[in-house]
Amino acid sequence: MARFLAGRVLQGVFVLWAAYTLSFTVLYALPSDPAAIAAGTTSGVTEEQVDQLRHEMGLDRPLTERYLTGLGGALHGDLGRSVQSGEPVRSLIGDALPPTLAVAGAGLALGALLGTGLAVLANATGSRRLRRTLLGLPPLGVAIPPFVVGLLLLQWLSFTWNVFPAIGEGGWRGLVLPAATIAVQPAALIGQVLARSMADELGKDYVDVARAKGAGPLRVNVRHVLRNAALPTLTIAGLLVGGLLTGAIVVEVVFSRNGLGQITQGAVSAEDLPVVQGVVLLGALVFVTVNLAVDLLYQVLDPRLAAARRAPGRGPSGRLALFTFAGRG
Amino acid sequence: MTNPRLLEVEDLVVRYRTRRSVVRAVESASFTVGEGETVAIVGESGSGKSTTAYALLGLLPRAAGVTGGRIAFDGRDLTALPERGWRELRGREIALIPQDPGTSLNPVQRVGAQVAEAVRLAGDADRGAARTRALGLLADAGLPDPEAQARRYPSELSGGMRQRVLIAIAIAARPRLIVADEPTSALDVTVQRRVLDHIGGLVRESGTGLLLITHDLGVAAERADRVLVMRSGAIVERGTPGEVLSDPRDPYTRSLIEAAPGLARTPRPRRVRLTAVPGGAPGDPFAVKPDALPDAVPDVVADGPVLRVEGLVKEFRAPRSSGTVRAVDDVSFAIPRGRTYGLVGESGSGKSTTARLILRLADPTAGRVFLGGEDITGSRGGAQRLLRRRMQIVHQNPFASLDPRRPIERIVTDPLASFGLGSRAQRRRRAAELVDLVALPSSVLRRRPAELSGGQRQRVAIARALVLNPELLVCDEPVSALDVSVQAQILDLLAALQAELGVSYLFISHDLAVVRHIADEVGVLSRGRLVESGPTEQIFAGARHAYTRELLDAIPGRR
Repeated sequence: MARFLAGRVLQGVFVLWAAYTLSFTVLYALPSDPAAIAAGTTSGVTEEQVDQLRHEMGLDRPLTERYLTGLGGALHGDLGRSVQSGEPVRSLIGDALPPTLAVAGAGLALGALLGTGLAVLANATGSRRLRRTLLGLPPLGVAIPPFVVGLLLLQWLSFTWNVFPAIGEGGWRGLVLPAATIAVQPAALIGQVLARSMADELGKDYVDVARAKGAGPLRVNVRHVLRNAALPTLTIAGLLVGGLLTGAIVVEVVFSRNGLGQITQGAVSAEDLPVVQGVVLLGALVFVTVNLAVDLLYQVLDPRLAAARRAPGRGPSGRLALFTFAGRG
Repeated sequence: MTNPRLLEVEDLVVRYRTRRSVVRAVESASFTVGEGETVAIVGESGSGKSTTAYALLGLLPRAAGVTGGRIAFDGRDLTALPERGWRELRGREIALIPQDPGTSLNPVQRVGAQVAEAVRLAGDADRGAARTRALGLLADAGLPDPEAQARRYPSELSGGMRQRVLIAIAIAARPRLIVADEPTSALDVTVQRRVLDHIGGLVRESGTGLLLITHDLGVAAERADRVLVMRSGAIVERGTPGEVLSDPRDPYTRSLIEAAPGLARTPRPRRVRLTAVPGGAPGDPFAVKPDALPDAVPDVVADGPVLRVEGLVKEFRAPRSSGTVRAVDDVSFAIPRGRTYGLVGESGSGKSTTARLILRLADPTAGRVFLGGEDITGSRGGAQRLLRRRMQIVHQNPFASLDPRRPIERIVTDPLASFGLGSRAQRRRRAAELVDLVALPSSVLRRRPAELSGGQRQRVAIARALVLNPELLVCDEPVSALDVSVQAQILDLLAALQAELGVSYLFISHDLAVVRHIADEVGVLSRGRLVESGPTEQIFAGARHAYTRELLDAIPGRR
């Protein structure tokens, strides 16, 4: 287990390094002059002043040196300063993170809940019509862009009926509409994949045994099938986290919320490269962490995976299969 | 007071709706099962016996339905029972022991919890009481050390132990009727006997009715009070085991008796001719090229054994400890050219590991392997790859060993393509030849595995193994996944192929009765050691080792 964990952490470190290097290469290859941006467009700034600024920002040093100092700083959590405001990128992101985490987390939780509920209900119901209706929902959910969902929710629930505030600030009531907007796509994807793998599981022998014990459809689906069907869905959920950040940007714009989305949008349009790179690195960090957690959850959910890891000598090896299709290549 | 008509089935008709047609799976079947009585339904796959079993539990798949007849339990008509009513009945009154212990337990739940669930669903026991009772049930089902086993997951138990867990689940609510659908066909013969003995004992003690579904007439005759033979959905024969075995009315029953390996008193006669040249005739594009053969071979080939192993040992690192496990322990034997050596033992005895060592899929810890007199123990790379042309394998499970997406022709010619032998047209001709050789119609060439039956698939697997003209074919439990009647056909085919091609077999099986029909010599493997070895009939006439005698006793229908 410790070896497995160490391997995965090492992989994660590699991904983070790659994310840093890639974002550095792409962002600093762009034909843009951070010093000029920092100096602003106001007239009266002399060329010398811009050069002075360029020197202070270290832009006149060779690229490899800038890469290495940047990487060293990133290792200590120092991501440089925003070109626009001069604030450290770390505190900028640190301040913007909690509201975004709240809305993305609530969105994912709600999406997982809705998706799971849809999958269980579709498989447990005796009514063929209900099943077909429920299974028709996920494609619809994926097809509608999140901002449209957000605007529709605003139109009905805020402007027409005034149930929830239109501006997404202040307490849980402000969180409901943004979270619901974010939840649609995860709910659709999770519902689709989970319903499918649950239907596959329902054809297995252990389900017959559970039913022969006298278990009803809800018990069969929730107690027996759900956990067995969860693995593919978990993989999807892990990958969805990356998309949540994008979702958060849209939602924060639509509902005028503060957060990473606002910062990212601002940084991209102002070509504030250190901030953009900080956001990219944060995204990579979240992605790596979540997928490490997913890998660990696999072991908890399926004891066979943990057992296979404990006894590496056992189980059929690929060589037997190779034999009959001998000596390919 | 016992009820002689606990279960009454009258003119039961079950139909499956497929996209194109309606299949009548059960065709007006009538029978009764009394309290304390064991009734066996015998038939091959597709005969409707499992469908009948699942109809009795109201567990037919969505596409199937009871379209006629009547099922009555204790005088109550179940035919029109709604799902809620079935739920009350299942477990408490009618219980199921399913076919495959490997897939019938929830893989992600501890087995104790699965038994406890059955207890909870049947009555109003609270969580703690159910857990305690589950331990008692596991002990009743004959599981050693139930406290420790209850905390395990199904994947950590052997097949026999899993089947005992399923028995514990079935008896949890003290049902009055148990439907056992092929409860032991996935198990070794010795384990099969212990499990069936145990079910028999439990049923006798409690006065439960037992409906035993099996494809093995030997098992049915040995265990049941009455036997029903089912074919194409209809019951074609019924009577006491004595009546059915001694005076079968239906020709189908007679063929089943002949096919059951344990029921035949003497093995079928076989002829062995050495006509074909192993390795292919001269000019044959698929022949092993002369320069590919090691120099030493031609002299030895003539009369030496095709395979010889000496002092074979394989050790594995023991899981969760620093010690080692000896899977194969000092095994030596030889297979004469054109003959069959049967390697017998239960799961875990080291049979398959021995096969892997011989096929050079694993390296032995000690000992040597000689193929045609040449020491191949240390062969590597290209030389090892060439060995694949001289020995091939037929796996146990024809459902898993064929690529489901490829047409049969591609599957059969694949080894030729891997070795770059012959042109496309030549390969196609060769595939047609092989398919003909294993007695399949040439129309299968364009079909895919899913369209073939288990027996047909195993024939394809044999054709694929033979396409390179190997000298030695390793058959690892080639008939264990098949019905008895199909088993007999495959065994006959293997014997005929040997007579025609002169190929030698290493035939691995857990079932001495099967081995008897095919092997010239038998070796009995127990815990990695070859405890007995000799000509087949000698072993059957007077086994010296206690373990061999246990294997012999386990053959159903041999009492």
